[in-house]
Amino acid sequence: MGEPVLSVDGLSVRFDRKGGALTAVDGLSFDISAGETLAIVGESGCGKSLTALALLGLVAAPGRIEGRSVKLQGRDILGLEGEALRRLRGNRIAMIFQEPMTALNPVLTIGEQIIEAITAHEDISHQKARDRAVSLLDRVRIADPRRRVNDYPHHLSGGMRQRVMIAIALACNPALLVADEPTTALDVTIQSQILELLDQIKRESGTAILLITHDLGVVSEYSDRVLVMYAGRKVEERTTRDLLKSPLHPYTRGLIAARPGRHHVNGLRTRLSEIPGMVPSLAEMPHGCGFAARCSFVVDACRIARPPLIPVGADGAVACLRIEEARASEHAAARCDAY
Amino acid sequence: MIPVSVRFFGRRALQLVIVVLGIAITNFFLLRLAPGDAAQVLAGEAGSATPEYLAALRKQFGLDQPLPVQFALYLRNLLSLNLGFSFRQGLPVLELIAQRLPATLLLMGTSITFALLVGSAMGVAAARRAGRATDTVISSIALLFYATPVFWTGIMLIVVFSVWLDWLPVGGMTSIERGYTGLAYLKDVAAHLVIPATTLGLFFLAVYTRLMRAAMIDVQQQDFVRTAVAKGLRPGRIAYRHVVRNALLPVLTMLGVQVGAVLGGAVLVETVFSWPGLGRLAFEALFQRDLNLLLGILLCSSVVVVLANAAIDFLYTVLDPRIELS
Repeated sequence: MGEPVLSVDGLSVRFDRKGGALTAVDGLSFDISAGETLAIVGESGCGKSLTALALLGLVAAPGRIEGRSVKLQGRDILGLEGEALRRLRGNRIAMIFQEPMTALNPVLTIGEQIIEAITAHEDISHQKARDRAVSLLDRVRIADPRRRVNDYPHHLSGGMRQRVMIAIALACNPALLVADEPTTALDVTIQSQILELLDQIKRESGTAILLITHDLGVVSEYSDRVLVMYAGRKVEERTTRDLLKSPLHPYTRGLIAARPGRHHVNGLRTRLSEIPGMVPSLAEMPHGCGFAARCSFVVDACRIARPPLIPVGADGAVACLRIEEARASEHAAARCDAY
Repeated sequence: MIPVSVRFFGRRALQLVIVVLGIAITNFFLLRLAPGDAAQVLAGEAGSATPEYLAALRKQFGLDQPLPVQFALYLRNLLSLNLGFSFRQGLPVLELIAQRLPATLLLMGTSITFALLVGSAMGVAAARRAGRATDTVISSIALLFYATPVFWTGIMLIVVFSVWLDWLPVGGMTSIERGYTGLAYLKDVAAHLVIPATTLGLFFLAVYTRLMRAAMIDVQQQDFVRTAVAKGLRPGRIAYRHVVRNALLPVLTMLGVQVGAVLGGAVLVETVFSWPGLGRLAFEALFQRDLNLLLGILLCSSVVVVLANAAIDFLYTVLDPRIELS
């Protein structure tokens, strides 16, 4: 594959406050290619949503976005402000939010809300923008778009509203689509429809998708690569296949083990496994590995310095000093299961 | 099938009748509770308060009838839109009100429009620069207007703009002695209107400024505003199309609540500026125990308030599509 659509290098989000800044996203780097879906997974508060917001410069004060570079199609967009940033948003990078029920303005028709996303970036007539709004609604599989374009958000269900959000996001054919937990607020049956739609759009238009989620089921079906975040840092990045087959970082392993519904021993469901302990608070982030306090493979070295990212395979990486030990224990566990 | 809007207005009309009738009945008994009547006041002014003269006056005014009979008469007249006769002014109440109502509506309308437009604009300006110098200045001005008594504002405006600067007339509604007609007349009335309307409006302006600022700041936190930013809309478009439109709803609610208060404020302002409106008429009627006139004015005021609220409810359905006529 050629040059990535998005190339993020050392992205951090800090919140200034008395007694020093809090670092919510810490030196994150990743690439996304055209037609590829990169999923960022992690638990609440790990900084995955902030990463998404930071790409569009949507982090509100006192939040501060820092980094070496964020290149979109080769152009550095880090630190863009004002009109330059405005022209980027919704045009080259579009975003879909978690809550479709509140993400649309209740007093404007969905048509008006799609049209203004078009006319904000393109100098075309209102009628042309309207025609495009109708075809966008058609593209996100809303039946009878010519009539629906005049509906208000409260006329639509959650799933329909999320389709409208996707239509808005697609208004200017963005190079990158950022979807921040796009299906978390929806019914399970609707979830797969929305994700199928995103997948189809990616295949049709070659848009790069950054999918923020905490749902490993979603990850396994709809992403090409996965970046696991813990306490604001990248702990593992692998292709989806590799990650699910052989997770390396103890946190990733815990995350996968904690998925419900996959633990059957002799046809009986076993108890859900969990990761012991709590995520350290941003104010008390340890010097070393953020996961050290909860990790069963921890050694002194883990607490002294941040584990560096070690390349794994062709394009994977993991930030753990104890991969080999973890792997060995997995093999041992697998042998146990076999007996 | 009757259209929704027809049913809406039909129902509102019925509500209006019930509310106004309720107010009329309450007022009737409330005013009878006050000591003294028109006969006493008239006789007192005439200086010959013999019992016979009082009785004659009462008989003439129908005040000698038992209260239930008076009430029945009042109701019957009311239903035939006959508001009775002001013995004090020697004119039918309806005629007196018709003479004075336009002046009051002009004063109220101008004040409310001024307060709403300027107040909203100040609120929007303050909210868009929340926490900065502009916001501090606007909020301080609003607080000052909020806290200043209306009569004092009126007198100060007269002192500055009429007496010192001699830009505007001191009181009244027209310069009768000039005999203006046409456009010159309108300009003359407008010049007379400035100080009373400003005086009446400043307090409400402060209320709308504060309310609009708070509503804007509240709406700015909403998810759909973040969506608008993420779409790459220009800041001005976000503020006016997305935020103001939603922030206007609580302001509108407040407006409905305050129409009555504006009318109440008009009594004071009309008295201070000798503005020939209903408020001053009511003030005079009260002191002269001219109960027929007072009842008529109160009834008319309640109709104005109820109609204004119906209009605002209708405006709601225009501004917020989630609210439907029903």
